[in-house]
Amino acid sequence: MVGMTIAEKTLARAAGKKEVRPGEIVWVNVDIAMMHDLLGPRLIDKGFRKLGGKLFDREKVVVVSDHCTPPATVYQADILKYTRDWAKEFELPYYYEFEGPCHQVIVEHGHVRPGRLILGTDSHTCMAGGLGAFATGIGSTEMIGVLLTGETWLKVPETIKVNWEGTIPSGIYSKDIILKTIGDIGHAGATYQVLEFAGSAIRGMSLDERLVLSNMAVEAGAKTGIIEPDDVIEGFLKTKGIENTERINSDHDARYLREFAYNASELEPQVACPHEIDNVHPVSAVEGTYVDQVYLGSCTNGRISDLRVAAEILKGRKISKNIRCLVVPASQAIWMQANKEGILDVLTEAGCIVNMPSCGACGGFTSGVIGAGEVVMSSSNRNFKGRMGSPLGEIYIGSPATVAATAIEGKIADPRKYIQ
Amino acid sequence: MSEMIRGRVWKYGHNINTDIISPGQYMSLSIEEQSQHAMEAIDPDFSKKVRPGDIIVAGDNFGSGSSRETAPLVLKHLQVGAILGNFFARIFFRNAINIGLPVVEMGDTSYIDEGDMLEIDLLKGKVINITKGQEYKTAKLPAHLVEMVSLGGLEPYLAKRMGISS
Repeated sequence: MVGMTIAEKTLARAAGKKEVRPGEIVWVNVDIAMMHDLLGPRLIDKGFRKLGGKLFDREKVVVVSDHCTPPATVYQADILKYTRDWAKEFELPYYYEFEGPCHQVIVEHGHVRPGRLILGTDSHTCMAGGLGAFATGIGSTEMIGVLLTGETWLKVPETIKVNWEGTIPSGIYSKDIILKTIGDIGHAGATYQVLEFAGSAIRGMSLDERLVLSNMAVEAGAKTGIIEPDDVIEGFLKTKGIENTERINSDHDARYLREFAYNASELEPQVACPHEIDNVHPVSAVEGTYVDQVYLGSCTNGRISDLRVAAEILKGRKISKNIRCLVVPASQAIWMQANKEGILDVLTEAGCIVNMPSCGACGGFTSGVIGAGEVVMSSSNRNFKGRMGSPLGEIYIGSPATVAATAIEGKIADPRKYIQ
Repeated sequence: MSEMIRGRVWKYGHNINTDIISPGQYMSLSIEEQSQHAMEAIDPDFSKKVRPGDIIVAGDNFGSGSSRETAPLVLKHLQVGAILGNFFARIFFRNAINIGLPVVEMGDTSYIDEGDMLEIDLLKGKVINITKGQEYKTAKLPAHLVEMVSLGGLEPYLAKRMGISS
C-alpha cells in the first residue's frame, strides 16, 4: 500500500474510510460549517427553509459577521441584523460579530483543529489548513445541503509539496515565501489540488506566519493549503484548553503530483503587482513606485506578529505626507494585545489610522476603498482589478514590513534598510 | 433548461476572476442591481448587450478568486445560457452547477470567435459551431450533475430527492 498525504488522510477520516486516492469522489462528514454575513444566512435562508429548515448539528455551525462591519450603508446594516436574528432564531451557540475576519476568529475560538474537515462560504477558508485541518471554500447554495445533511461530496485532490528549507533572513517573512511560491506555480497552477507546505523554514514558523501560507493557497487555485501539525500547533491549542489533538502526518511514501524545492536564505522581499497575484517580482524591480494608500491588515497579515514588525519599522518615524496608512488588526483579541504592547500608539504616532477588525477595504466593502487611478500597497491576499474599490485602481501586495517601509517613503520600498 | 443550449458567443481571455464578474463593491446590492455591473472592469457594456441564451467563451481559469455565488448568479440573472472555458476555478465551477448555470470544460476554446453561433450538447459532451461549421468535443459532466443543472441547481435537485415540491 502506498502512503497517503495529510490531505488524503483527513478526507479518508471524514469519509469513514481507511484510505482514499486522488480522483476518487467521496461523501464526507463536515466537522465545521462556517458562514459569514455576506454569503451566509441571507442567501441560504429561503432554500434552507424550503427543504425543511433543520440544522444537522448546531454545535458544528459557526456564523461570523465580518464583511459588513461596521456597516457603511443601511443595506449593510440590514444584512447584519438579518444575520444576527438568524443566528438567534436557530439558537447557534457560535455566532460572532465585530470581532474580525471569520478565518482568524474561528482559529482564536478553537473551532479549527488538526484533522477536522471545515467548509466555509469564503474562498480563504483554506487558512484553517495552517493548523492541519482540511478546509476549503464552498458557495452558499452548496452550504444549504451541508446545513441540512452535514455531508457533501468532494473529489480527493492531488497534492503538491512545497518545500522551503534554510534560514529565513532578516526582513523576509512568510508573505514573501508564499508570494514567491505563487509566482512560480501560477495563480491557476494548483487548481483542484492541495498545497502542502513543508521543510525546515516552515517548521520554524510561528502559527501567525503559517496562517499566511495556508490563507493564500487559494490564490494558486488550490482547494486548500495544509501544514503538518506539530508542537507549535499543539501548544497554541493548549492555550485554548484543547488537549489531545490528532497529529496527522504525511507518510514518507505518500505520493505527490509535483514537488517544489526552495532555499529561504536566498529570498528577497517579494511584491505581487497589478492585477494578478502571480505577477510577482522582487521588491527591487518595483521600488520607487508611488502609492496613495497602504493597508496593513486582513486575515492574511493583520496578526500580532505583523503589527509588531510594522511597529518596529515605524517607531520614531513618520509616514509620508502623501499617503494614508490604514491599519486593520485581524481580530479584537489582536487589537487588545497590540494596545497592551503599545503598538497602536507607535503606529498612530507615525501617522497611521487604526480601524476596527473587519474585512473592510480588503474586499472593497467598507472603510478605506480606493478611487479611480489610486494605487495601494497592501498586506492582504488578492490584487484583482476592482478588489479594493475602483477597477481603475491598482493594488500591490507585499509583507507587513514592505507595507510599513512603503508608508514611510510614500513609494514602494525595501524594508530591509529599516530593520537592524 | 434542457441539455441542449444554443446561443451567440461573447469571447473573453484567461483568468476572468470573480472581482471582474461580480465586483465586491456592489455585493451588498440586489442581484438585479449587481448584474448591471457584471464584467464591467473589462467590458463595461456587457450587461446591456448580452441577450438571453448568449454563451460566454473564455480561456483558462474562469471564475478564479472568491467563493461568492453572486458571480454565477449575476450571469444567470442576465440569462447567459452557458459558459465554455478551457477550465474553471474550482469553487466557481461547483457554484455554477449548484445554481443551475451550465459550465463546460473544453480544453481549448481558441477555435471559437466572438459572435459565433454555438450549440452545446451537455449530455453528449459536444459543441457545434454553426457559424464555422465545426464540431468540438468537451468534457462530459456526470449524469447526476447534468440533471442538477437541468433542474435549475442543487436546491430543486435536493427537493426532488427529498420528495418536496418546489
